[in-house]
Amino acid sequence: MTFRFDGRTYNGFAGDTLASALLANGVRLFGRSFKYHRPRGVLTAGSEEPNALVELGDGAWREPNTRATVTELFEGLSARSQNRWPTLGVDLGAVNGLLAPFIAAGFYYKTFMWPAAFWEKVYEPLIRHAAGLGRASEHADPDDYEKAHAFCDVLVVGGGPAGLAAALAAGRSGARVLLCDEDFRFGGRLNGDRCQIDDGPGGLWAEQAEAELRALPNVQLLGRTTVFGVYDGQTYGALERVTDHLGAVPGLPRQRLWKIVARRTVLAAGAIERSIAFGGNDRPGVMMASAVRTYVNRFGVAPGRTGVVFTCNDNGWSTAFDLAEAGLASPTIVDARTAPARHLLERAAALGVRVILGAQVVDTAGAKALRSVTVALGDGHATTLPADLLAVAGGWNPTLALSNHLGARPVWRSDLEAFAPGPLPPGMTAAGAANGAFTLAAALRGGAAAGAEAACACGHKVVAHDAPRADDEPSASSALWHVAASRAKAFIDFQHDVTVDDIVLAEREGYRSVEHLKRYTTLGMATDQGKMANVAGLAIMAALTDRSIPEVGVTTARPPYTPVAIGAFGGPHRGPAFRPTRLTASHDWARAQGAVFVETGLWLRPQWYARPGETDWLQSVCREVTAVRSAVGVCDVSTLGKIDVQGPDAAAFLDRVYINTFSALPVGKARYGVMLRDDGIVFDDGTTARLGPEHFVMTTTTANAARVMQHLEHARQVSWPDLDVQLASITEQWAQYAVAGPRARQLLEAMLDDAIALSDEAFPYLACGEFAWRGMTVRLFRVSFSGELAYELAVPARHGRAVLQALMQAGAPMGVTPYGTEALAVLRIEKGHVAGPELNGTTTAADLGLGRMMARKKDFIGRTLAGRPGLVDPARPALVGLTAVNPAARLRSGAHLLKTGEKPSLEADQGYLTSVAYSPTLERWLALALVAGGRERMGERLTAHDPLRGPDIEVEICSPVFVDPEGARLHA
Amino acid sequence: MRIPCPFCGDRDVSEFAYLGDAGVVRPFPDAADAGERVFESVYLRDNPRGRHAELWYHASGCRGWLRVDRDTATHEVASAVLTRAPSL
Amino acid sequence: MGWRPRILAKISEGRQPIFNGMRYSAFSLAREALRGHRGWTPAWRDAQPKARYDVVVIGGGGHGLATAYYLAKTYGLTDVAVLEKDWIGSGNAGRNTTIIRSNYLLPGNLPFYELSMKLWEGLERDLNYNAMISQRGVLNLYHSDAQRDAFARRGNAMRMHGVDAELLDAAAVRRMLPFLDFDAARFPIQGGLLQPRGGTARHDAVVWGYARAASALGVDIVQNCEVVGMIRVGGRIVGVETTRGPIRASKVAISVAGNSSRVGGMAGLRLPIESHVLQAFVTEAVKPVIPGVVTFGAGHFYISQSDKGGLVFGGDLDGYNSYAQRGNLPTVEDVCEGAMALMPRIGRVRILRSWGGVVDMSMDGSPIIDRTPLDGLYLNAGWCYGGFKATPAAGACLAHLVACDEPHPLARAYRLDRFATGHTIDEKGMGPQPNLH
Repeated sequence: MTFRFDGRTYNGFAGDTLASALLANGVRLFGRSFKYHRPRGVLTAGSEEPNALVELGDGAWREPNTRATVTELFEGLSARSQNRWPTLGVDLGAVNGLLAPFIAAGFYYKTFMWPAAFWEKVYEPLIRHAAGLGRASEHADPDDYEKAHAFCDVLVVGGGPAGLAAALAAGRSGARVLLCDEDFRFGGRLNGDRCQIDDGPGGLWAEQAEAELRALPNVQLLGRTTVFGVYDGQTYGALERVTDHLGAVPGLPRQRLWKIVARRTVLAAGAIERSIAFGGNDRPGVMMASAVRTYVNRFGVAPGRTGVVFTCNDNGWSTAFDLAEAGLASPTIVDARTAPARHLLERAAALGVRVILGAQVVDTAGAKALRSVTVALGDGHATTLPADLLAVAGGWNPTLALSNHLGARPVWRSDLEAFAPGPLPPGMTAAGAANGAFTLAAALRGGAAAGAEAACACGHKVVAHDAPRADDEPSASSALWHVAASRAKAFIDFQHDVTVDDIVLAEREGYRSVEHLKRYTTLGMATDQGKMANVAGLAIMAALTDRSIPEVGVTTARPPYTPVAIGAFGGPHRGPAFRPTRLTASHDWARAQGAVFVETGLWLRPQWYARPGETDWLQSVCREVTAVRSAVGVCDVSTLGKIDVQGPDAAAFLDRVYINTFSALPVGKARYGVMLRDDGIVFDDGTTARLGPEHFVMTTTTANAARVMQHLEHARQVSWPDLDVQLASITEQWAQYAVAGPRARQLLEAMLDDAIALSDEAFPYLACGEFAWRGMTVRLFRVSFSGELAYELAVPARHGRAVLQALMQAGAPMGVTPYGTEALAVLRIEKGHVAGPELNGTTTAADLGLGRMMARKKDFIGRTLAGRPGLVDPARPALVGLTAVNPAARLRSGAHLLKTGEKPSLEADQGYLTSVAYSPTLERWLALALVAGGRERMGERLTAHDPLRGPDIEVEICSPVFVDPEGARLHA
Repeated sequence: MRIPCPFCGDRDVSEFAYLGDAGVVRPFPDAADAGERVFESVYLRDNPRGRHAELWYHASGCRGWLRVDRDTATHEVASAVLTRAPSL
Repeated sequence: MGWRPRILAKISEGRQPIFNGMRYSAFSLAREALRGHRGWTPAWRDAQPKARYDVVVIGGGGHGLATAYYLAKTYGLTDVAVLEKDWIGSGNAGRNTTIIRSNYLLPGNLPFYELSMKLWEGLERDLNYNAMISQRGVLNLYHSDAQRDAFARRGNAMRMHGVDAELLDAAAVRRMLPFLDFDAARFPIQGGLLQPRGGTARHDAVVWGYARAASALGVDIVQNCEVVGMIRVGGRIVGVETTRGPIRASKVAISVAGNSSRVGGMAGLRLPIESHVLQAFVTEAVKPVIPGVVTFGAGHFYISQSDKGGLVFGGDLDGYNSYAQRGNLPTVEDVCEGAMALMPRIGRVRILRSWGGVVDMSMDGSPIIDRTPLDGLYLNAGWCYGGFKATPAAGACLAHLVACDEPHPLARAYRLDRFATGHTIDEKGMGPQPNLH
């Protein structure tokens, strides 16, 4: 496979990571650190990598801060180093290293304050430019993301020895098992370590276990899948990298977000090896001892030719043995302990490995790659060893992050010198290294037991199997956090360049609590989320303040376990698919008529219908308004919320939710109703019609339909469960059309023939009826939002389009015109009818001139609190009309009102314009406004103040009903 | 978080809308202290750290209002019942 | 108009903290750099609690520490203790998205938040601590005519109070932020309301800066000291019981947003507040992407970029009462859907960490700074999402209330009894349903 890094082409193999392939090609320098721009190589072989971060991909595919250690190689992969200028080898940012004394932890809190104006203009742009790591793409993410749900009996997190053993135990019992591993190869440490299980290589056992699991129908394996978060209700978030290792594949998502509900979970996430803080512990060529083993054994890569292993435990010795057995130049072991186990010494001797005991690495040398290692010997002398590889074995931290996600804290186990999982989330058990069982045999035993127990808890019978046989390898350890004799910078947080000295400084300045330490020094805030740094930082703070590590505290991990792309959480919900789009039955017809649509909630509604030759929306809207006022218009009002209310107590129920009375409404009549919230503020309005003694149909505003339904269900189920009434949302079942204008009756008579009598006597204002027409049920309501003679015609939604076309056909001789929401708004403003801008959640019925609707003799929602002093104050803003004194002046909603001549201030504010329209009927701009004590101020002149958009305009207060105040048109 | 809807079964929290304190009782409207009681029922709701009886609405399900016993510190849901028995 | 500057002047006047020769400056930094930073001293004294104080402030967040600072600086009250149950700044002060702005609508809110903005603008010199106050602008996007009109109403109110506001059309937004989704959006961007003086501040630095300055003025900052009860004599609160023993005080101020109901409950108060969890997110650090703060108007999403390079963003409440400081996946998904709808260029940027803060959601979405029915007990609560940006003004106004026993003129609307009288301050018009504010 060929791939590119910083413009050069290299070769690698399938199964490589970008890190292993580059190491195999002799590349040692991968990146630069965040602050001092120090040269950095590969530190680990896993997702905890803090150093080897690259920009992966080009153009819109560019993905910053990608860990080379977990990036699976594919043909044509292209990557670049980041946070360096001009090149990785020659990075001018490295001058920061010379300035290091001046830019110690928290330096920015102490300076850059003078002169004040310099922060945004000079200092901050410099800091922002220098900060950051890789570059986000300038283009929209071109890939698809998917979301998926899974339900299982047993979720196993981690496919290493413990996880495989757990999945086998649970899977063999018949439990539904989901096994996730972040790696693209199951096996965990069995891939990197030389070990024996059942007399064969550990890797072979892992392959066999995987094959058996894949053959079980009740087991699902998800490789390349990181369980990143634990949530309530035993819900887990996981990210599957579906095609990241393939480049772009048409038809497949890049990544898939899994939401997993698991009855039981086995946390078998392994452990992360920790570093030791000594001078120059960050140089390219310094690597974790386990990572060296992985590169040698799994990838067949020699990460160096002259190796030194610096360890404080038995585990590190195996790295030296593996290097020696792989035929690499004989390594040297530097063990801080003075008396390791005899058999280690014997094996070292047999392999020709040099051993230095009771010694510590104090410094390293080399510009962009490690050249030598300085060792302080037990006798006080020092020696310098040539080395291009330094393997560091500082002990192990269980990977317990998921155990913290619901707030539990880890516990310190002095036997392990490490934090282990504390109280676990409901349904979770921990096994293997994640549970502090660091040896292979213990991990296999623990995993099998945990898997069996979990399956059992889910009601499955577990058949006993022989646990796989393995040895408990030597694992003696003695914690070593910091080599005190080091003079040079000793790094704790590699990426953020937090050193032991920074922790000393934080302690000196009183930032001693763990969280203060983190926040002041940025320890643990890098992209490895403190996996490499946090425990070491705690240990050093403990030493400085003479406390034990658990006394200093713990830092708890929060989701996600490894960083997750925003696009993956967003899934397919972006662009036009961000939210669903609701279309009415006649949407296509409207589009064909030239409708311009507007969003109302999730609905698309025709805003106006542009006719050929019309150049401006106002032209179209004025034509539509004039058509309604002079002939007849048709408007699709299907989006209004419609709720069917039935039952013996339906009328009593409506009396309690509306401020006015519906029990007295005769069958065959409709009434305008207003609802309040509990606090006495207007919630919603609409007409409700009585189709039968126990049957009402309510309409709500489009925007509030769902909230009204919730409100009514609350009233029905919680407040008055004794009322016998049922509710059903029928918004989508019925298409509804307003037919408005002086010729509305003529049109309907032409269309409906004899289906219903429509004379004013037979079907007066506010009449309603249900009848059959052409084999369908039709509901007709004589209601009007426009103030004209008007009807609303409702038909089953599937007939909506046909009925609309029939209306247009029947109305053609009368000049019928379809009109949209803009014309609707003009018509209602001309009539002073309130809508969304007036029902703004802060107005009372009285504010809107509807106070007299409030029945005095019945209880209804909101009645009591509507009587609070603040809600009955006569100085409250009240609904009025406004016209500009200059008829040519354009008014705008959102303008405030001032007494003419007064200086603008909040104290002088008299109110504001809620709704504005150009009235072709009156040939001027009109406004509805909420004005303090407005109803008592008819005729007063005020100044409309709109400094955001234009000059002040003189306006006059008038009645909000501009057209036909007597209602003659309505009752025609 | 998951809520065991008695009508629909165990469902994700995203299907529900929250109202809060289920102890709120709508006062008898003609009581002498109705104003005070209504004010308290609307504005002074229980807000404990720990077990909390609260109202949830199964908006994307059966539209049932549920009385849910939940712990506000751990988010553990102990039980959920319908506030009004479903009628046929 | 004349009274505003005067009030500001009064707060800025008063004693200056003496930092015992450890004033922060480029000079002191250079001096210390040359001697291995050995000369620095603790930023604040980690005090042991005394048996009594003139004033005890419960809560060592930004608000509590600012209150103590202004009590000492402006009102000369230095026998003050700030009691913090954990480490200072461990609550919402360290869990917010660091946005500062004063783009409010209602007369009860706008002058107060503008006072806060003015105090932010002079804060760093006042405290001798760089809180990285960065006025890179706050832009609220609108996606409909109705939203535009509502923003115009708000922007005009701001201008009437002398606050900077500009109403931008889609073209102007596009010039500013060309990478937003203008072409394929479900809810196309029509424009935005910009407050150029809005921006961000480094939240932890605000806490530490106030703590350091208050401590230098003689205030005791007591960490790991949890209040577990009130000491009451008749109708008067005369002190608190703590995990470190009883502490008497002439006056006690509660400033524990998120836990106001619990602490108020210790004094028998029932408050118009619910505790809700609000999640926030930060991504891996990337080179500069967005200059200022942007809020999406067609979903719950707001975003800015820290000086370190992480994109800091958040969205809606989880929606249920919670004291857990963590939330659930539906909200994470909702927020990221908003992110992708608005800025699809950040799809491959990774979320590094998420966390939750427990916020006091009041019944009208606005705060309470008021006396309580108990003598000697004062309340600062109900901050909803707005607490961080209010830190300086909340501290100044609570200090005024405690010191003078009357509300600060700019916080007079924040009364505890406004729910009973109907004088609520409901910016969003959502009514008495806390999770909708």
